[in-house]
Amino acid sequence: MTDQILLDPTAERSAAERPSAPRPTSLHGRTVGLLDISKPRGDVFLSRLDELLTGRGVNVRHYRKPTFTRPAPAELYQQLTRECDVVVEGLAD
Amino acid sequence: MSLPSDGLVVVAKRDCPTCRLVEPVLHELSADGTPLAVIVQDDPAYAADLPGQIHDATLETSYRLGIDIVPTLIRMAGGAEVERTYGWHRDDWQRIGGRDNLGADLPPMRPGCGSRTQDPGVAESLAVRFGNTGLSAREVTIGDAEDPVEACFERGWSDGLPVVPPTAERVLRMLQGTQRDASEVIGHVPPDLAPCTVEKVAINAVMAGCKPEYMPVVLAAVEAALEDEFGMHGVLCTTMFCGPMVVVNGPVARSIGMNSGVNALGQGNRANATIGRALQLVIRNVGGGRPGEIDRAALGTPGKYTFCFAEAEDPCWESLSVQRGFSPDASTVTLFAGEGVQTVVDQKSRTPESLARTFAACLRVVDHPKLAMAGDAFLVVSPEHCNVFAAAGWSKARLLEELDQLLQLPGEEMIAGAQGIAEGLPAKFADKMVPKFRPGGLNIVRVGGTAGLFSAVIAGWAASGPTGSSPVTREIGS
Repeated sequence: MTDQILLDPTAERSAAERPSAPRPTSLHGRTVGLLDISKPRGDVFLSRLDELLTGRGVNVRHYRKPTFTRPAPAELYQQLTRECDVVVEGLAD
Repeated sequence: MSLPSDGLVVVAKRDCPTCRLVEPVLHELSADGTPLAVIVQDDPAYAADLPGQIHDATLETSYRLGIDIVPTLIRMAGGAEVERTYGWHRDDWQRIGGRDNLGADLPPMRPGCGSRTQDPGVAESLAVRFGNTGLSAREVTIGDAEDPVEACFERGWSDGLPVVPPTAERVLRMLQGTQRDASEVIGHVPPDLAPCTVEKVAINAVMAGCKPEYMPVVLAAVEAALEDEFGMHGVLCTTMFCGPMVVVNGPVARSIGMNSGVNALGQGNRANATIGRALQLVIRNVGGGRPGEIDRAALGTPGKYTFCFAEAEDPCWESLSVQRGFSPDASTVTLFAGEGVQTVVDQKSRTPESLARTFAACLRVVDHPKLAMAGDAFLVVSPEHCNVFAAAGWSKARLLEELDQLLQLPGEEMIAGAQGIAEGLPAKFADKMVPKFRPGGLNIVRVGGTAGLFSAVIAGWAASGPTGSSPVTREIGS
């Protein structure tokens, strides 16, 4: 069986690739989550972003993954979904 | 894989007694040096000592040769097939093989066996791998590590429950359930009014978990939903509860094993569950009708996952299908913009008059006891309740007439403000008798297990009738 090829059940009016979530046109009044994935110096980069965003009136919250080697725990991404409009993640060191 | 452009081809499998019978004949055919290819579908030990033996492990050669039965003997000339026969018929083999006295020790004739290309499920896989499936839906390639079931959720193709991933093989198998062409457009599905082909219905039927034999019922249900009278756009978009309820009548219900008996409105029967679900998946995926987007139901109803059952037809009462003008031999679907199931408990009535009054009292609350001529309703009468009417000689039509009389309601009780309730009819009805249902707005079906003095009211959309939705019945084709 060619299980990894599926036939599109829709009217094919949107791209086959999943679209990204819509981006906000402005961060004003929104909450931005800064997710530190526990890679070295991620905190330095994210702290600087915090300064820049806070200076522009954006609400900033900090989050941290226990380890960069595994996906975020369900509790963490559920919390991010609940509390943030936008998330910035420091992916590399 | 090269076949002789001038010579003979035999396709065989060792599992077939006739193929084993003719194995010595293959040596006779190749004895004079005539090019001979022996295509073996299973055990390569078959005819292993012949130079032209080819093990067709993938069945590609058998598929390309269009083999239905083994053994098949083909004569090739100039690179093209000239003639073929299958099974063992000495005369045919001698003519095609071009020699006399073939298989002198064998009986004159033995039938062959099915080619492995025709084993269950194999033909569709071969068509996907080596042939032209004739399918036109866009292929969506998911990641190697992606779980296909999860991928369907991620892409928004599910109603919230897992779906069967629609691979080309499964869709081809589903299409075997109908004689209609996969590319036929059966209508335009709201809300997007997107054209819907038989193939798209098959894809969604696969996802719903249907068997191929359900396809004619699913197609009829989708076509009924697309009829203007049914008003599927409004049924979907309304803030009210309704979804398409499917009642199946006629021989097809028994043929595909639908449930009209114990727990017929509930879970557990594959045909009931998946036919109703397939229709809703077509609305969701082809039409783009998703809850929270165009579907604005304030509450919805569990029947919007699936709501499909068969009538427990019995000679004592005309079936819904016959009442709606179809022959007793016809198989039909009737679509109704149904809401929830409301219990009618009456374990004491032993006369049709008493039980009819119970039904009328329970039907009066459809939408609101003070509203009328808004929502249609289906009265689902169980066999035990039906027996009360049948024993007294009341036909279904008689019960409908009696209910029409019992549901002429005094306007003074119904108008806005009456009984201390603001909801109600306009004041102009105060001195009139008001029918609860519009003409033809009440339908009766006999459904359920044989034990239980219970029936049910299934209320319809409060915008029933020409402005909203009317029940639609459609004959099930092939």
